[in-house]
Parts: sequence; C-alpha cells; structure tokens
Amino acid sequence: MTGTGTGTELLAISGVTKAYPGVVANSDVSFSISEGEVHALLGENGAGKSTLVKMIYGLVKPDAGSMRFRGADYAPAEPRAARAAGVAMVFQHFSLFEALNVAENVALGMENPPPMRELASRIKAVSEEYGLPLDPGRMVGDLSAGERQRVEIIRCLLQDPKLLIMDEPTSVLTPQEVEILFKTLRQLSSEGTAILYISHKLEEIRALCDEATILRRGKVVATCTPRERSAREMAELMVGATLTPPARAAQEKGAVALEVAGLSVASPIPFGTSLKDVSFAVRKGEVLGIAGVAGNGQDELLLALSGELRCSAGAVRIDGVPMGDQGPNARRAAGLVAAPEERLGHAAAPDMSLVENALLSGAVRKGLVKGGFIDWAAAGEFAAGIVRDFDVRTPGTHVAARALSGGNLQKFVVGRELSQAPSVIVINQPTWGVDAAAAAAIRQAILDRAAGGAAVVVISQDLDELLEIADRFAALNEGRLTAPRPVEGLTIDEIGLMMGGAHGMEVAHHGH
Amino acid sequence: MVRLEKRPSPSAFWQWATPVLAVVLTMIAGGIMFALLGKNPVEAIRTIFWDPLFNEQFAAYSRPQLLVKAGPLILIAVGLSLGFRAGIWNIGAEGQYIMGAIFGAGVGLALYPVETRWVFPLMVVAGVFGGWLWAMIPAILKTRFNTNEILVSLLLVYVAQNILASMSLGLLRNPEGGGFPGSRNLGQIPAMANPELIPGTGMHWGVIAAFVVVIAAYVMLQRHILGFHIKLSGQAPRAARFAGVSPQRLVVLCMGISGALAGAAGLFEVAGPSGQISIDFNVGYGFTAIIVAFLGRLNPIGILLAGLLMALTYIGGELASFMLSLPSAAIQAFQGMLLFFLLAVDLLTNYRVRFGAKREVA
Amino acid sequence: MDIGGINPAILIASLMVASVPIILAAIGELVVEKAGVLNLGVEGMMIMGAICGFATAVGTGNPYLGFVGGAAGAMALALVFGFLTQFLLANQVATGLALTLFGLGLSSMIGQGYVGIKPPATQKLELGPLADIPFFGTILFEHDWMVYMSIAIIAAVWAVLKYTRTGLILRAVGESHDAAHALGYKVRRIRMLAVLFGGAMSGLGGAYISLIRVPQWTDGITAGAGWIALAIVVFASWKPWRVLLGAYLFGGITVLQLNLQAAGARIPVEYLSMSPYLITILVLVIMSSGKGKAALNAPAALGQNFHASR
Repeated sequence: MTGTGTGTELLAISGVTKAYPGVVANSDVSFSISEGEVHALLGENGAGKSTLVKMIYGLVKPDAGSMRFRGADYAPAEPRAARAAGVAMVFQHFSLFEALNVAENVALGMENPPPMRELASRIKAVSEEYGLPLDPGRMVGDLSAGERQRVEIIRCLLQDPKLLIMDEPTSVLTPQEVEILFKTLRQLSSEGTAILYISHKLEEIRALCDEATILRRGKVVATCTPRERSAREMAELMVGATLTPPARAAQEKGAVALEVAGLSVASPIPFGTSLKDVSFAVRKGEVLGIAGVAGNGQDELLLALSGELRCSAGAVRIDGVPMGDQGPNARRAAGLVAAPEERLGHAAAPDMSLVENALLSGAVRKGLVKGGFIDWAAAGEFAAGIVRDFDVRTPGTHVAARALSGGNLQKFVVGRELSQAPSVIVINQPTWGVDAAAAAAIRQAILDRAAGGAAVVVISQDLDELLEIADRFAALNEGRLTAPRPVEGLTIDEIGLMMGGAHGMEVAHHGH
Repeated sequence: MVRLEKRPSPSAFWQWATPVLAVVLTMIAGGIMFALLGKNPVEAIRTIFWDPLFNEQFAAYSRPQLLVKAGPLILIAVGLSLGFRAGIWNIGAEGQYIMGAIFGAGVGLALYPVETRWVFPLMVVAGVFGGWLWAMIPAILKTRFNTNEILVSLLLVYVAQNILASMSLGLLRNPEGGGFPGSRNLGQIPAMANPELIPGTGMHWGVIAAFVVVIAAYVMLQRHILGFHIKLSGQAPRAARFAGVSPQRLVVLCMGISGALAGAAGLFEVAGPSGQISIDFNVGYGFTAIIVAFLGRLNPIGILLAGLLMALTYIGGELASFMLSLPSAAIQAFQGMLLFFLLAVDLLTNYRVRFGAKREVA
Repeated sequence: MDIGGINPAILIASLMVASVPIILAAIGELVVEKAGVLNLGVEGMMIMGAICGFATAVGTGNPYLGFVGGAAGAMALALVFGFLTQFLLANQVATGLALTLFGLGLSSMIGQGYVGIKPPATQKLELGPLADIPFFGTILFEHDWMVYMSIAIIAAVWAVLKYTRTGLILRAVGESHDAAHALGYKVRRIRMLAVLFGGAMSGLGGAYISLIRVPQWTDGITAGAGWIALAIVVFASWKPWRVLLGAYLFGGITVLQLNLQAAGARIPVEYLSMSPYLITILVLVIMSSGKGKAALNAPAALGQNFHASR
C-alpha cells in the first residue's frame, strides 16, 4: 500500500494552544509526523483542525506551545517562511484567482518563479508525471472544482515540499477522482513527502492514512492507526457520543407536487454554470437527492427553483400550476420554500437579528405583513417558535445572525423554512459545515416533513447524506441533470459515473 | 500593537456615541487648522458653534437662519439616506436640487401673473417632478444598462449647472430686470412665494416638509416592509433577492424618492429664502447633505439633529468670516473633515480595538 | 487647411494637451482599482494637486518643483484615504466622497492668496527640426514634457501590469484579497502603495491644469475632471492603452466645444460646455450595456474592504 513513514521525525507539535474571543480553537495539542507518512487529522467541523494547520502554514500564530520541523525550531511568521522551510498547503476553499490563468496562479504561490514560458512547460511536465493533466494557459474561472484543486496541488509540488497539507480535499471530487487523487498522494508518500490529511470522512482515512490524530473541541482525544480501527469506533471518538441514524417510516408517495421540465437558464454568477434542459418530478412524501461536485449548477438550480432566477413559466410547476416566471414570494405563496447553501449573506442577513431574519422569508406564508406594515410581534413569535422547535442555541431572538455558530444558524435557517407548512421544500447543502449532532437533527426534521406529505429536493455534495435520506437519486454534471434513479441498489461506482466519472483523467493515469 | 476584533453584534452605545466623538475631534482638528490660519482657535470655535445661537448681538438674525439652512439639508439628506442604506449611491442631489428649482420656478413664471392660491402647490408638484426626473436618468441607465449611478448622477450636476446658467440668462430671465441675469423674484409674488410662516423663526413650508419627511421616513424604516427591504438590500443584497426584493425596482424607488425630495428642497429655496433663479443659486446643499446623512447615521432622527448642526456651521462660518475674517472656504474644509472623522471612528461600532501584541510563541 | 475657422493640426495638438490631466488621473486610478480599491476622491486629490503645485511653483519659481509639490499634496490626501479604508475599514465610497468635499474646501482655502497670479512658465520641449515637419510637427513635436511623460507613464503601467511579478501580485490582490492573504501577500501594504501611486498621478494631473493648461488658480479649477477620469477607467475596461483613447476622445470634445465657442457658433455656450459631461455619460452607457462586458473586466474585489479574520 502506502509508503509508510521512515521513522525519521519531520514535524513535531507540542502543547500548541490558540484562543479566539469566546472560543478556544486549540488547547495543548501535540502530535508528530515522520517523513513520508500520511497522517490524518480527524475531527468534526469546529474541532480546530483548520486553525491548527493555519499555524503550521504560518497564517496564524499560536498563543502557546512550540513546533519543530526537520529537527529545528519552527515558528513561521508568514506563509512565505513556511514554504521556504518546505511546507505546502492545498486549501479547502481554494486560494485561487479566477480571472488569472493557471500559470499565473501557480507563479503567485512560488517564491522565485521562472519566466512564464518555462513555468508553463514545467507545469505540463509535473502534471503529467503525477497524472493530473492541466493546461497552463487556461483561465482558472473556467475550470471545474477538481481541476482547480489540481492547480493548487501542482503549485505545491513545484516547490518540492517535505510536508504537504491537504484540507478536506475530497469534498470537491467524484468517487473516481478521489481514487486518482489517492494514487497521486501515495506516489508522493513513496517518494518521501509527508502528507497531513485533514478530513472528517472516515472511510477515506482508513483507505489512505498511516496514522491519525483525532481532535474534539480543540483537544487531542486520541491517536490511532486507522487501518486497525473500525469507522464506527473512530466516529465515536470524533463525536464523543453514539449517533443514531435518522429514522424514517415507509411512506406512500402522493401526486406530483413539483415538476421541472426542460429548464434551461443562463447563470447569473460570473464563471457560473448554466442549467441545460433539467427535468425531474417530485411526488408528495418523496425525497429527491441531487448530487454533484461543487460548481456543476447546484447554486443555479436552487436559484431557479426558489424564484430568484426566472425562467419560462412552464419550466417549473408547483402542484401543476406554471410558476417558472414568478418570483420568490409568489412561489412561497404557492407552497414552495427554499434554503440556499450560503447561510450568511444569502439565506440570512449577517447583521440582522433573528426576528428580522425570520421575517426575511417567512413574511408571506406566516402573514407577518399586513397592508405593507410589519407585525413585529408576530415575527418575534415566529422566530421564538423556530428557536424552540429546532433547538437553536442562542441568548435570544434579538441576537444578530452572525453571532450564532454555523450549526445553530443552519438549524435556524432550515427551521424557518420547515416551519412554514410547505408543500415543496428545496434545500441546498442542508448540513454543510455543521457538527454531527446538529446534522442528524436537521436530517430528521427533513424526513419528518416528507413523512407529513411534503415533496423534498435535497441538493448536496455529501453522498452519504443523500444515500441516507433520499428515495431517488440524480446528479448534476456541468449543468445537466441525470435521470433520477431509486437509491436502493445503487453502487458507488454507478453514482460516480452519474456525477461525471473522472472528468477525462483516466487516460493520464493509464501511463502509470 | 493595535488589533481590531469584530464584535458579535454592532454596539448600540457606539452607534450614537460615534457622531458625538466625531464632532469633538473635528472641533479639535478644526481649531488646529484655524490656529494655523493665525486665528484664535477657541474664539473661532465659539463663533461658529455658540455665537449664532446665544450671542445677544447676532442671535436675533442667526437663530431663524438655523431652520432656513437646516430645512433643505434635512429634506435632501433623508432622501439620500434611504438609497445609501440600500447601497444605491445618488451623489447628484445638487443637480436634482437645481432641476427642482428650475421646474418649479418655471411653472410659476409661466403662469405669471396669475394670482390664485393653487399656483404655489402646482410649483411644488413641478419641483418634485423636476428633481425626480433628473434622478430617473441615472436610475434608468443603471437598471437598463448597468451604468454606474455614482458617476452618472454626479456628472449630471455639471449638466444641471449649465442648464441653470442658461435659464437665468435666457428663458427665465426677468424681462423687467434691465438685462441682468436672474429671474423675477418669486418671493415678491404672493401666489408663488414660500414665505416665513411664523415671523422670527425661519419656519417656511420647506422646513415643515422636512419635519414631515423625517417622521414618515422613521415610520417607514421601523415598521414598513419597504424600509425592511431597503435595509436588507444594503446589508446583504443576495439575501434581499432571496426575500423577493427586486433590485431594479429598489434602485428606481430610492433614486426617485431622493431626487423628488432634493427637487422639493430646490423649489422651496427658490420660492423662499433665495427668491430667484440665478447663476449662483445653488450653494452646495446637495453635497453637504451627503455629510448630513452620514453624520445622522442614515437614521431620520439622527439626520434631523445632524442637519441642525451642519446648518449651525454654515451660519457660524459666515459669522466667523465676517467677525474674524476666516476664509469662507475654511468652513467647507471643516465640514469635509467632520465626515473624515466620522468615517474613522465609525469602526468602533463594529469592531473592538485591542491594544498589546498577540502573545508570541514561548 | 482650416475648417470653419478651426485648424485641424492645432485642434489635435491642443486635444493632446487638454487630455493630459485626465490621462494622468485615470491611469493612477486604474492602478488603484486594479488593486481592488475604489477611490472616488480623484477630484479632491486633483484639486489639491492643482493648488499645492501652483503654490510650490510660485513659491520656488520652479515649475518642475511645482509638479513635485502637486504630487505630494495629493498623496497626503490619498494617505488619509488609504488609512481610513485600509486600516479603519471605512466605506470606500463614502471616504472617497469625503476626500472630494474636503479637497475642494481645503484647496480653496489655501488658494485664497494665489488668485490672479501667473505661475512660472513651463518651457516647451525643444525638439529642433522635428517640430518643422508639416502637420505632424505641430501635432506631435511641439509640446511640453508632461505630454510625453503622460504617455510614457501609460506605457510603463501597461508593461508592469502585463509582464512583471509586481503587476501580477497587484492584479491578484484586486481579484481576491482572501486568496492573496492566504498565500502570504500583504494585502493592505500593496493596496496602500497603489492608493499612494493613484494620489501622485492625480496630483500631477491637477498641477498640470493650474500650471500649464489654464495657467492660473481659480476655485474649483478641475471642474469635474476627476469624475471624468473615473468614468474613463470604466470606459477603458481597466486596460491602460484604452485610457489614452478615452482621454483623447474626451479631450477632443472639450477642445472642439471651446473652439466652437470661440468661433461664435450659434449653439449657446452653456450647451457646448455641458457636452463633455453628456458625452461621458453616453460613453459610460455604451461601455456598460454590452451584457456586462466591461463589468467582467472589473477587478473582482473592487470596493470591498479587507479584514483578516481567523
């Protein structure tokens, strides 16, 4: 399998602590990585993984504790110093510039880049060598999420790093692309490069990593060899509790509540993906799961369903009524509610209170506005009801939305939509960046509404989540939607192919 | 080392304290500026802020001027504040003010010498329409062609100034004025005048309109869904679209309201305190109103207070230029400085300032 | 060679002179916007450059020092803008407006003692026999040094943005400050430097107005040139050579209408003087309407403030 570590210590972290106002991100964290080792940093959202790697990469300075790298004291003042020492990092949210081309993006991540022409040929050479084909002249904004990740990886590899940090790298890849990435990482490891691999996906870690450090609430709770532990064991270490999967009752499906037919619409987002001839139907009581790698039209699909993006009237029908040319409030009145992926700034206004944010999308169905004037008392009750029913942890409903943690805000946003007795529910990334307990609660709430007769569309990049809650499954690929198929009996390979396979990368890897 | 830390929620205390702090800092910096000009800073500040209201010699003249000057500032600033809150930047209120005056006076003068009670209301309608029309140009260009409203509305000020010059030299020139530029004096035509309603207060119809608008705007922002949508659009444009707000409609609405109010201010001025259309009719109220809007924290009540304060600096500035021969431009620089300080201290509302370096690695 | 009493060679030569202030201010603002900062205070910085340049030139008797003084005066104002927006995170639109309002007031205050004075003359560059070439000699080789300098600055900005690492970093910061920060670039420092460069250019442009183009001091001498420069950056869709084109277009209209005024054309003076502003608006509309084509070239982080959180 993997080239196991040589045993020579590469990086040692001891007693590192970092606190932010109101939260201790890391508390007395210690672990070490050997040369050539693939080391997993495992933990839930908010466990402190990102802060820890930012300290290793020189973006954040620890409050206390020390680090050693290749036998010398290591305290990078800035990423440049970290790169000079031999540490490279691939970010979860890419540090790429969409309006610049691949070569320019690579050059920006290097200390002394060669002239552009020479750099372009080196990019070509390295990308072929590691099976990650890239055209140096292409604009990054036009690349798929997987290709963008390749830009980041190539940028790192050109620096010849001793330690490569990868922050949640597989969240933007299809199953096939994940396999290719793992091959590349194993190749690197066998050549002596250590990899610090951050993830909350247990099966991946068991397949790839030599050692694992598990973080919970900023503290190291365990270290283990992933291959020797079961996924369930590690999950319990990570979460600190036993989780029960959501329960669902067998359900008779009713009449079609949402019908989308031949939906084609141009993306309003710069470098976005236009929707091409999307068609599907969802019955009452049914959950349709829509998978896809980030940037394949998920945001556009949500906008087209919520009414923020208009299309031809017949392309979207709610309970048989053509609504494609209607705006969000007309669709709400017809029974459709939507929860966008981006909590702060799209689903909720960051600086507004929970009451105001409850009014934001609840005004129509909850009758919070009469004759143009706002019934603040009713809005307040609505907000308090959401906080109570969905267990939103907040000092009160007059707190600004941005003061809530990601999980609590997500519960509020999802709760706000589900509390409006909708007949159609559309949710994009219902549990993105949310801890396990809150994610379970949100999934359960969605299933309960489906059981109550609502038609549900869940758009998600988390395959496990979709397989857990969806009745039928479809995938978005470059703005096109595959024909929905029943979830039962689907294999992971079939799912991967529905998501677009490996986006033309197989050829490159056959050479190895 | 100084660091900034974002507050979980905006501080209610600093929201009101920052304008006061900015005024104090401006007085200090302004004092230094006056000292550099060779004036006694304490005397200069007192002449600007105290004497117009409380000096026995000047107060009788100055006090009514307070409302005369504050009226148009408040009227314009309330309109602008709605757009500013929604992220729609109409900075051409000066031009809309001029066009309101021209349209209003034009309708009045076209009817001359009709002597009925409805001439003045008709002029008000025409003034509002003139300002609204002038603001619709950037609004429509923005919604139809995505043209930057900041640049267009501002460039239209220069166009309006040229139209004003043309009007006072041509179409609206007083035929009995012996060839001098400038229109008939509307203030001397009873059917068209906007007189001082209560002698010795400076109160005229424009001031009343300003108070009404302050109340209306306050109610709208607090209780009406439109006010909510305006605030939402400024803070989170994507969330506003999610809430069903049409950005185009909002641009037309906010630009329209601010243009109409600026036009009304222009009409009330030309029919009242100024009296006639002339080349130098506009004195920069449209620009000063931008400072008033920010100083009042884009809040109608705050704008009311800020408008009065800014009017005071105008009157005090005139007084200081008369008494201490302080250059009249100094007061303009002083007002600009006030906006600087306000923007500078504004961060205290959303950020905490921490002193001391972050602890380094042991 | 005269058409309606206007000599085309002299017309072209004078449009080149008329457009220099706008070229300078616009190329400065282009660099500022490429770094992701929107400074609406160009008008205020220009007029500060105009008065500071004028005062320095009159005080020292040296027109070249005048330009240095103009650039320094405008840079002082740019420094205030940079500090407020980059360190105190003030709204860029509001701060830019404040800069203009403050600059207009302060310049008129400083300028009180300078009304009616003539500044020391700037010599035309002696290019010998080149100036004697018929037609083109008048157009190309009978100018003061700033005319050539302004074109050289455009060429320099173009080359730096396109070919150097400095230019690449500047564009990267304007494209995404978060990504640039993650790679370890000093976003604030880079933006501060860009803002200061923009200030210096605006100052040179302002000084050119008061020292060469007019040449004297009057209140509000820049008459909206700063706003036109801002519009020209949009017209140029953030491309340096297009700034030259836009500025010449505007300069041409200005010179033409002045010539028409002088030639006693039948159109009233006021309508002629408003024409440059109307044409600028028209050009803005045409550039923005092409289905967001110009907008696509705009730096993605334009006008957004940067605060490094976690």
